[in-house]
Amino acid sequence: MKSSRSLLGWALVAAAACAVPATAGAVQIDGAGATFPYPIYSKWFSEYNKIRPDVQINYQSIGSGGGIRQLSNQTVFFGASDGPMTNEQLLAAPGKILHFPMVLGGVVPIYNLPDVGADLNFSGTVLADIYLGKITKWNDPAIAKDNPGVTLPGSDITVVHRADGSGTSYIWVDYLSKVSPEFKSKVGVATAVNWPVGLGGKGNEGVAGLVKQTPGSIGYVELIYALQNKIPYGAVKNYDGNFVRASLESVSAAAAVAAGKMPPDFRVSITNAPGKDVYPISSFTWLLLYQNPKDKAKAKMMLDFMKWALSDGQKLCGDLGYAPLPANVATMVMTALNGVR
Amino acid sequence: MGRRARERGGFRLGTGAVALLVPLLVAGIAVVLTWDSLLSVRQFGLGFWKNSTWDPVAGVFGAFPFIWGTLYSSLLALLLSTPIALGIAVFLSDLSPRPLRQPPVFLTELLAAIPSIVYGLWGIFVLVPAVRRIETLTPAWLRRFPLFEGPPVGVGLLAAGLILSVMVVPFTASVAREVLKAVPANQREGAYALGATRWEAIRMALFYGRQGIMGAVMLGLGRALGETMAVTMVIGNTPRASLSLFAPQYTMAAVIANEFSEAADDLYLHALVEIGLVLFVITVAINTLSRLLIWRVGAERA
Repeated sequence: MKSSRSLLGWALVAAAACAVPATAGAVQIDGAGATFPYPIYSKWFSEYNKIRPDVQINYQSIGSGGGIRQLSNQTVFFGASDGPMTNEQLLAAPGKILHFPMVLGGVVPIYNLPDVGADLNFSGTVLADIYLGKITKWNDPAIAKDNPGVTLPGSDITVVHRADGSGTSYIWVDYLSKVSPEFKSKVGVATAVNWPVGLGGKGNEGVAGLVKQTPGSIGYVELIYALQNKIPYGAVKNYDGNFVRASLESVSAAAAVAAGKMPPDFRVSITNAPGKDVYPISSFTWLLLYQNPKDKAKAKMMLDFMKWALSDGQKLCGDLGYAPLPANVATMVMTALNGVR
Repeated sequence: MGRRARERGGFRLGTGAVALLVPLLVAGIAVVLTWDSLLSVRQFGLGFWKNSTWDPVAGVFGAFPFIWGTLYSSLLALLLSTPIALGIAVFLSDLSPRPLRQPPVFLTELLAAIPSIVYGLWGIFVLVPAVRRIETLTPAWLRRFPLFEGPPVGVGLLAAGLILSVMVVPFTASVAREVLKAVPANQREGAYALGATRWEAIRMALFYGRQGIMGAVMLGLGRALGETMAVTMVIGNTPRASLSLFAPQYTMAAVIANEFSEAADDLYLHALVEIGLVLFVITVAINTLSRLLIWRVGAERA
């Protein structure tokens, strides 16, 4: 007992020693924003700190909205967001803000039908109609059409969505709005929307918990969350008409295809992208930087870090469940970094 | 003599300054809440509290479903918790054998110390499935009443009311027990001397302490109104006011906690702060009301 306690004591001392950077002169760069990329960002920051002990990047995952706000108020050096900034937000900022995609994420439909063994297929319009409250039963002909040979129960569909504002919801409704004009006009695209039907769960865990407990329910979570918690999820019909299950490869494929038509500011939605193997509910997550930061020394360090993250850093993505940027996109972002001065 | 007067003056000034902090703080909160919600106040005016639409995309914000959900869940919690809390208080102050008294006192106070996120987790994994079971077992004829309408999803007003009542019981019970303990012994002795039964003596003690007991209940209500985490985890977070206990609803504290971090545009943010302002006003109003009630009861006795 005593020895284990003293061991714990030493562990605490060691942890405290690690927490305080050994290099007293390290430059600290502060950032804030999206929660979705937080695990990979913090991994990057700590790994990069091992290579460059003089650079310490400090990131607060306060949400995309908060990140945009803090960056616009110039209280942080960089921001991060799961949805691109709107034109109004860009105009309101005191200087020109640039978007840089860093990794990719996907959102997957999850459901709870104990008697249906097969992995269900969903077309985008079916998902939109379910979330509009127009499809209310599991044996609706529209669902049956996507799933030949599967016996669907006649039970009610309980719709579950995110209650908190989130990038996950943004990607989900962005996709539903692209495939359904009615969804676009009635609900629209934002991190929080006025849901016509359904229950709100807080966070991925809240949605997954509600779906797990409620027979007949459907919800959506981040791909990473589903992978880490081994939650089975459905396949979604892509632009080319194939049912594709989300994976790191099929999410990266969405970006690779979009590279051809990439706008110079990278503010692009890649949901419902064309391509045979593309998973349609995929999105970039962006780091936000001023084009002309005041602190040139910090800017240099930040750019060095981002170049590392876009090259060596991308190899760390897979372990954490993030889809890496396809090589052609990473090169484009790398070039664009030269625009910051 | 001079020194003593000086000391007394300094002491008075010091404590006075500290006491002044409280009204200043309250006024400060009111000013900041109003200032940061000006955009929304101007845009929606007095219609804010009775409008039922909450649409961040269209920029239309109304607080009614949240006000409804907050008051409904808190009053339900009060209804469920008050009899239980008074029962605990009476048992511990008057009926329980002395050696058995400490453990339950300790345990009720322990309930008050559990963080609300822990209550929330318990709610998700234990309470919600149990409520869903109750809802599925509810006979169809009963489900036709507006009070029990809707599909059995488990999360909803009933789950929120139940979890709140569990959280409120220790507060009400321990204050009520203190109140009953403070009832002078001669009151009970007098009642017994007049031939009262134990039940009648307890009723007399409750009546004597009604002012304090009312305060205990109001303390519980205050806790229920502001509770955020546990409620948002079990209430279903759906901004649609409904009479049904089985329907998922929403509270003011929950919507602020859920949406604040992602609210990027100004009107949206101001609407959320205005929800905070409404919650603040309702809390102040309820506290004032209960204070008036207590004064009146006190005046009657005098």
